[in-house]
Amino acid sequence: MGRPVLIEKIGIPGIRDFAVYRAHGGYSLAEKTLKKMTPAEVNREVTKSGLRGRGGAGFPTGLKWSFLDRKTDKPKYLVCNADESEPGTFKDRYLMEHLPHLLIEGLIISSFALGVKTCYIYVRGEFKYIIGILKKAVDEAYQQKFLGENILGTSFSLDIFLHPGGGAYICGEETAMLESLEGKKGNPRIKPPFPAYKGLYDCPTVVNNVETLAAVVPIIGMGGDAYAKIGIGKSTGTKLISACGNINKPGVYEIELGLPVEDFIFSEEYCGGIKNGKRLKAVIPGGSSVPVLPAGLILRTLKGEQRLMTYESLEEGGFDSGTMLGSGGFIVYDEDACMVRNTWNFTRFYRHESCGQCSPCREGTAWMEPVLRRIEQGEGKYSDIDLLVNIADKIEGNTICPFGDAAAWPVSSAIRHFRHEFEFHIEHPEIVKNPDHGSLIQYPVSSIQYR
Amino acid sequence: MNYECRMSGLINHKLYNREKKTIEFSAETLKRIREIIKHYPAERKKSALLPVLHIAQQELGGYLSVDVMDYVAFLLEIQSIEVYEVATFYTMFLLEPAGKYVIEVCQTGPCALCGGERILDHLENVLGIKNGETTSDGLFTLKTVECLGSCGTAPVMQVNTEFYESMTHEKIDQIIEDFKNKGNQQPSETRWADLF
Ligand SMILES: Cc1cc2nc3c(=O)[nH]c(=O)nc-3n(C[C@H](O)[C@H](O)[C@H](O)COP(=O)(O)O)c2cc1C
Ligand code: SF4
Ligand code: FES
Repeated sequence: MGRPVLIEKIGIPGIRDFAVYRAHGGYSLAEKTLKKMTPAEVNREVTKSGLRGRGGAGFPTGLKWSFLDRKTDKPKYLVCNADESEPGTFKDRYLMEHLPHLLIEGLIISSFALGVKTCYIYVRGEFKYIIGILKKAVDEAYQQKFLGENILGTSFSLDIFLHPGGGAYICGEETAMLESLEGKKGNPRIKPPFPAYKGLYDCPTVVNNVETLAAVVPIIGMGGDAYAKIGIGKSTGTKLISACGNINKPGVYEIELGLPVEDFIFSEEYCGGIKNGKRLKAVIPGGSSVPVLPAGLILRTLKGEQRLMTYESLEEGGFDSGTMLGSGGFIVYDEDACMVRNTWNFTRFYRHESCGQCSPCREGTAWMEPVLRRIEQGEGKYSDIDLLVNIADKIEGNTICPFGDAAAWPVSSAIRHFRHEFEFHIEHPEIVKNPDHGSLIQYPVSSIQYR
Repeated sequence: MNYECRMSGLINHKLYNREKKTIEFSAETLKRIREIIKHYPAERKKSALLPVLHIAQQELGGYLSVDVMDYVAFLLEIQSIEVYEVATFYTMFLLEPAGKYVIEVCQTGPCALCGGERILDHLENVLGIKNGETTSDGLFTLKTVECLGSCGTAPVMQVNTEFYESMTHEKIDQIIEDFKNKGNQQPSETRWADLF
């Protein structure tokens, strides 16, 4: 892709400072919005842009904003989701670390559109130094009258407050986040009522991801129509992808939605191919919660079409042969990776992070984890594989929040696509007892090569 | 878990005493906490719980003792149990005394894929303790944590919430050596109280 749209200012020295950001045109769109636009006009541009939530679910942002109860005389809140805990995802951290003022500008424009006077940025506690960077930026914005009472002499007032998490993945789920903001355990709420009606302190609330709210800035800059021209179909605009695993160039990349997955993995501009000249085995493209796909299926769909980095293309084939764009946490596995060990690892994660509120999730994750561990350690039975599928099926769709699905999908997809590895573990306990067995076993790996 | 609290509120707060030991934030920190409470609606003081617990852990002994939690409950005018349940839910809060340097090694998928497990083994060897333990000199506590949002620079660990990325065995040896040399010097850390 050509020029970045969202993080175009990222290379500018000192861009973290207000003065530098301002000197490079920063905050001019907030100024334009507050002085020349109405909230309805901002909403219209965001709707036209086709922007979809960048936190994982991909819900259209304009539509979400339109649900906000605007008739009430209660205060309305905007909560910026900076909890970023989905394994494989580190894009929001990158954005906040380098362009804190871009996020604040996005929050000003979005709050204006939503009629919000108080905005909280909920940052995971482990990102303490990011909180420091944001704190400095927020203080600067107050000093420069971009926050506070009557911003730039207009009638619009806005406060932004920082709120730390305490180390709990589940607080990334929006209603758990609201509970956490209220000083409670992060137990997700039963929906409905949705936060748009009853959110923080029972008031109408919008929760959006960091990247979503920052993307509002270029949308206002170029106009919703122009933004919608970037990308393909309903996957408009650009997306930050955080790439990690066995690749030559891990990092955060802004891509135009529609980029072929193959180009993203193998081209020098992005991941730069698989490390140490190994072959590609599998990819989890959207954070640990989305289904894993083997090399063949991540590069091409079952129909033989080239797989693209779009919501639709990655979902092509449904659960049988597709996956999801999710949060854009792109995890790449080479031929030496053990998919059983990886599945066990993630299930251990979900077991640890389950909030414990509903039995299918609490008991299901606590059941799958030891079963996976014993298979991985060469102590499993054939029936364990079906047992896992069965437990995962019973969790899926039966829980208060989507965490249950997120815990089930990695297991069912790994067994669907890598059953031979699970069987190998059962058949060859002596080999898999070696913790480095991944590189000892020659599993079949797709031979697809980059053009 | 009862404590005397005839007067409530920060301004009138009464010296809180248990085990004959006074637990109290400095006047300066109390002033900061009063400002943090104002970030939330007046009847929603409890919202300040997570920020105040981070401050308490840092400034009142390095972990959240029952006394510290009771004191926080008193400041925010909530029941002690409301603090206990939050402090036990979130993994960043330590409920027992820990070493001066709390080393937290990420164990989640992407880090494990890039050698995170061996980083933990190496730390266990170098420090002579197992995951979850504290060295006898009270300098180091070793813990495992889940994804720290830094998977592109795996394997990753944190020491007192500071990131150490792309870890190797050599880097670990160096870091541990440096900390040992600093000995009893208080680690220089950003104060939570200054972050909100
Ligand atoms: C278990 C779980 C964890 C989540 N973690 C995050 C997260 O760390 N960051 C985030 O932005 N959204 C996360 N989400 C999605 C949020 O619930 C919510 O959909 C999102 O913040 C909405 O913002 P968006 O529409 O801008 O994407 C998570 C959802 C679930 C179910
Ligand atoms: S699905 Fe899991 S995380 Fe979500 S509410 Fe139920 S127990 Fe909690
Ligand atoms: S897996 Fe270790 S930082 Fe993400």
